[in-house]
Amino acid sequence: MILCFVAGTEDELSQQAVAFAGSLGLGEVRVVAIDGPFAPAAWAQTLVELGAGAEAVIAPGDDRGNELLAHVAAKLEQPMAANCVAVTPGAPATVRRVRWGGSLLEEARLDGAPLLFTVAAHAVAAEPIAAVETVVVSDGASAADRVVVVSETVAASGGGVSLSDADVVVSGGRGVGSSEGFSVIEELAELLGAAVGCSRAVTSAGWRPHTDQVGQTGTKIAPELYIACGISGATQHMAGCKGAKRLLAINPDGEASIFASADYAVIGDLHEVVPAISAEIRKARSA
Amino acid sequence: MNVLVCVKRVPLTGGKITLTDDERAIQTRHLGFTVSPHEECGAEEAIRLVDAHGGSSTVLTLGPPEAEEQLRDMMAIGIDRAIHLITDGSEWDPQATAAAIVGAVQAQDEPFDLILFGTESADAGNYQVAIRVATALGLPVVNGIKSIEVVPDGLRCEQEVAAGRDVYLLPTPAVITVKEGINLPRYPSVPGRMRAKRKPVDASQPGPTPARLEMVRLVLPAGSSKQAEILGRGAEAALPVVAMLREIGVLA
Repeated sequence: MILCFVAGTEDELSQQAVAFAGSLGLGEVRVVAIDGPFAPAAWAQTLVELGAGAEAVIAPGDDRGNELLAHVAAKLEQPMAANCVAVTPGAPATVRRVRWGGSLLEEARLDGAPLLFTVAAHAVAAEPIAAVETVVVSDGASAADRVVVVSETVAASGGGVSLSDADVVVSGGRGVGSSEGFSVIEELAELLGAAVGCSRAVTSAGWRPHTDQVGQTGTKIAPELYIACGISGATQHMAGCKGAKRLLAINPDGEASIFASADYAVIGDLHEVVPAISAEIRKARSA
Repeated sequence: MNVLVCVKRVPLTGGKITLTDDERAIQTRHLGFTVSPHEECGAEEAIRLVDAHGGSSTVLTLGPPEAEEQLRDMMAIGIDRAIHLITDGSEWDPQATAAAIVGAVQAQDEPFDLILFGTESADAGNYQVAIRVATALGLPVVNGIKSIEVVPDGLRCEQEVAAGRDVYLLPTPAVITVKEGINLPRYPSVPGRMRAKRKPVDASQPGPTPARLEMVRLVLPAGSSKQAEILGRGAEAALPVVAMLREIGVLA
């Protein structure tokens, strides 16, 4: 039996994790969701009990899935592999997992029982979840397990186009040069109904808030079109935008590594190119 | 408040990663090193908490002798002292890493009120060392935190989620993993660098434990090296860009 934790039946990463579990050939997949406010150690204790005798206990490779499985692994004193794209069961099992936010993969031996791992995003295609068992926190969870629990949720302040959901994102990098320099990026974004993003160099310089950062340590995006202006294409940044369907890169350096990932290229200074594109869009609209 | 922050030395990878001939490491011959971004914010948070509430800040790393550079970097921005668990540079798995950190924490004369980690390291991204340390020490642990506030009963921590921010009220002593964005880390000053040279580093060599998550080799993902269509140079590219935006349906 494989115990597979899911965040919900509509959650895409959960659907991928269940599909992945089914492909392992380790027997029945028991799909479990847990009701109530998130309490990592108490939820993990519940999974430990439900997973007694299981060949594997797995979860989707997102923040909470990784957190829960790490708690399960710590409680059982077993090894755990985060964000796997392939797993071959055995003693030891062989796994292939994501490093550097996806810029690198690792083959590793996972020597534990049960096998504990999370499934990286897009390791397999999502499939509808046929049946899910919703449980509450087990009585076996100790008082110490219950100390850490979400006590309230402060709603997100709306306004603007959300970076993670936007169809089009216009981002600026070090080449923008200053906080004020972002006015040309904002202008183009507004004309396209796009969200504004930026690279880590920009947030480290304090030109934009961290909430605008696209990257391994920022927001991971998957828009229809990503317009990267003055961004060199460091692996840290590409880890955040590799889900984009199309990439237009604007950079004065024709050898910038971003062009190796781009569908469309404009070689030039963003401070000339971006305002010219905005002007052209305005002209086309007023015609 | 005595705060410990755990950091890891990682290469500054730049635009393209290449591997060593044995495929067991990134080729770092031409690369500099840093600490993982989340952990750099952890160090900044430790300094701010100690500035505001008193106590002392300590940075710990498990890594090769060269990782002293990262400990000095963190002391240059204001961390008071360092603990260096020296390895031969080979990769330790998360269980072995956590066990060594637990040993070092238990060997301290004065206990820590708060132990900070990054949510995951930039390179291995195993997402588990902090939770293993907390479990072994019997401490509560929260993950992925973007705001820490000292309140009468302990710490109020916020975590970004799709719906907004989830709030945890945490008694101390505790373990917290933070994410980049919790603060904007300061740069080291020249006087800071000078002071860091004189700050104490407590170095020891923990015994290795056999790996149960053992890296066999690294693999570069299948090259998605595209041939970009060059739409033009400079401002003259505007017209072809707009035509492309129409073609793909971004502009009506």
